[in-house]
Amino acid sequence: MIRLRSAFLRHSLLILAALLMLLPVAWALLVSTRAQDAILGAQLLTLPSWSAIAANYTRATSATPLFGFIGNGALVCTLILFFQVLIMVPCGYALAKLRFPGRDALWGAVLLGLMVPAPVLATPLFVMVATAGLMDTVAALVVPWVVSSLGIFLMRQFFRRVPDELIEAARLDGLGEIDLLVRVLLPLARPTLGAFAIISLVAHWNDLYWPSIVVTSAERATPPFGVMLFQTQEAGTEYGALMAGSLIIAMPLMAAFLLLQRRFVEGLVAMK
Amino acid sequence: MPETRDQRRMGLLLASPAALLMLLLQVLPLLLVLGTAFTDWQLGGDPPAFVGLENFRALLADPDFRASVLVTARYILMVVPGALGLGLGLALLLQGCGRGRMIYQTIFFLPYIATLAAMSIAWQMLLHPSFGMANQVLAALGLGGVNWLRDEATALPVLALIGVWHETGFAMVFFLAALTSVPAELHDAARLDGMGGGWDRFWLVTGPHIASIGLFVLVVLTAHAVMVFDTVALLTQGGPGNATRVLLYVIYQEGFSFFRSNVAATATVFFLAFTLTLGVLQLRLGRTRGAA
Repeated sequence: MIRLRSAFLRHSLLILAALLMLLPVAWALLVSTRAQDAILGAQLLTLPSWSAIAANYTRATSATPLFGFIGNGALVCTLILFFQVLIMVPCGYALAKLRFPGRDALWGAVLLGLMVPAPVLATPLFVMVATAGLMDTVAALVVPWVVSSLGIFLMRQFFRRVPDELIEAARLDGLGEIDLLVRVLLPLARPTLGAFAIISLVAHWNDLYWPSIVVTSAERATPPFGVMLFQTQEAGTEYGALMAGSLIIAMPLMAAFLLLQRRFVEGLVAMK
Repeated sequence: MPETRDQRRMGLLLASPAALLMLLLQVLPLLLVLGTAFTDWQLGGDPPAFVGLENFRALLADPDFRASVLVTARYILMVVPGALGLGLGLALLLQGCGRGRMIYQTIFFLPYIATLAAMSIAWQMLLHPSFGMANQVLAALGLGGVNWLRDEATALPVLALIGVWHETGFAMVFFLAALTSVPAELHDAARLDGMGGGWDRFWLVTGPHIASIGLFVLVVLTAHAVMVFDTVALLTQGGPGNATRVLLYVIYQEGFSFFRSNVAATATVFFLAFTLTLGVLQLRLGRTRGAA
């Protein structure tokens, strides 16, 4: 009896918490399905009309290049991740398994890099980007983040756990160092790479700070910066459309999360 | 690789792209920001002249800057305990909840993933003075509405509430991991020792284990909170007055709107000092956690 009651209490609390967590998204959905006069008249709890939904969602996509923002986000995130992996895997391997001059200094720099947050680097990087004449380019969005201290750190920790015997055996089979890395070690590292990919994607897809510094046009805007552009332009007072647009922009990452959620949670947490 | 000379060459070859890029994209910017803080340089202005500690003196004497440090501190003091407490609470409720645990966990973690800039707009709708849900509820109770984001008394607490909403699931996941890793034998042993009540057992067995994770989560949440930017940029732009002008927003305005590079650099150095302290703590706590 007591057990039953405590289970009831537990689930009541959990359901209440879940509803509160979902409240902003639910309200956003509600607003995005109502016509402007219904919104302004605070008549939100009436039945939604298909025409209002259609009007809001088409207005959202015509008022701003929404899909352009999403395309930019995908391009920038893919490029960043590609270069990050290209650079961090060999470096992590060298730090873990090879002796070379400057190794300890490099490892020290990696640890320091782990502790310096991106906004600190943004102040001087902006000056560098502006001086190089790279404002409002894809390069400005990508290049500053191609080397990830976290990525190097994770790869080094991973390669250290790979037994030396395995590497020796591969070398005896006549594999060169690059072949060894690409054909033997990289497949083993897939879980680590997957977790890192999720961290990198979430961080750069959601980042508003850096794009709002180096992007000045809608053509280069990434999703969060696109939301800001939408909000500050004229259509930003058409609340149904603004909300529809924000939901469309939040959708890709939320969908990916719902599909791969266990990996997301494990990935984001394992790395801390 | 038997030959050490080969090993040295290969090591240098594999590590040099990362090393060069770190030099260009991390070390050089850090030196640049530290250097700029001691000059009068402004982007597009005259060549820099060394001014010693003048920027630091001016910034510390500036009432607006001091206010922004205070605003940031108040924000942290609201978000961190909130997310820590709720995260622990939800983890305890989920622990041993059995059915539906995955669904709850997904919902609670979703705000951490969801693009905060877009979600800020959702919050704006929820808090809208005329049609927002908050004021509609107040009206239904016969109370007057509040202009949540334009009122100096409520703007920062509301941003903190959004911060708590954003971070709670993140904190929860760590506590859940900690709770699941408390060995069952410990609980059994405690029961055999005559610790009957659930609460006694909780405090004596799970408590210390949770506390060490809690300290780590506290540091990480503080590091997140000190970097608050998105909600400020989208919802209040630092206002009303200076009520939500947090540290990172000051740096943003000085560096990228006013182009006062030296002021931005000096503020960034303060910011760096704080985040570096947190970073050292995080690395230490994370390491000891890994060893345990």
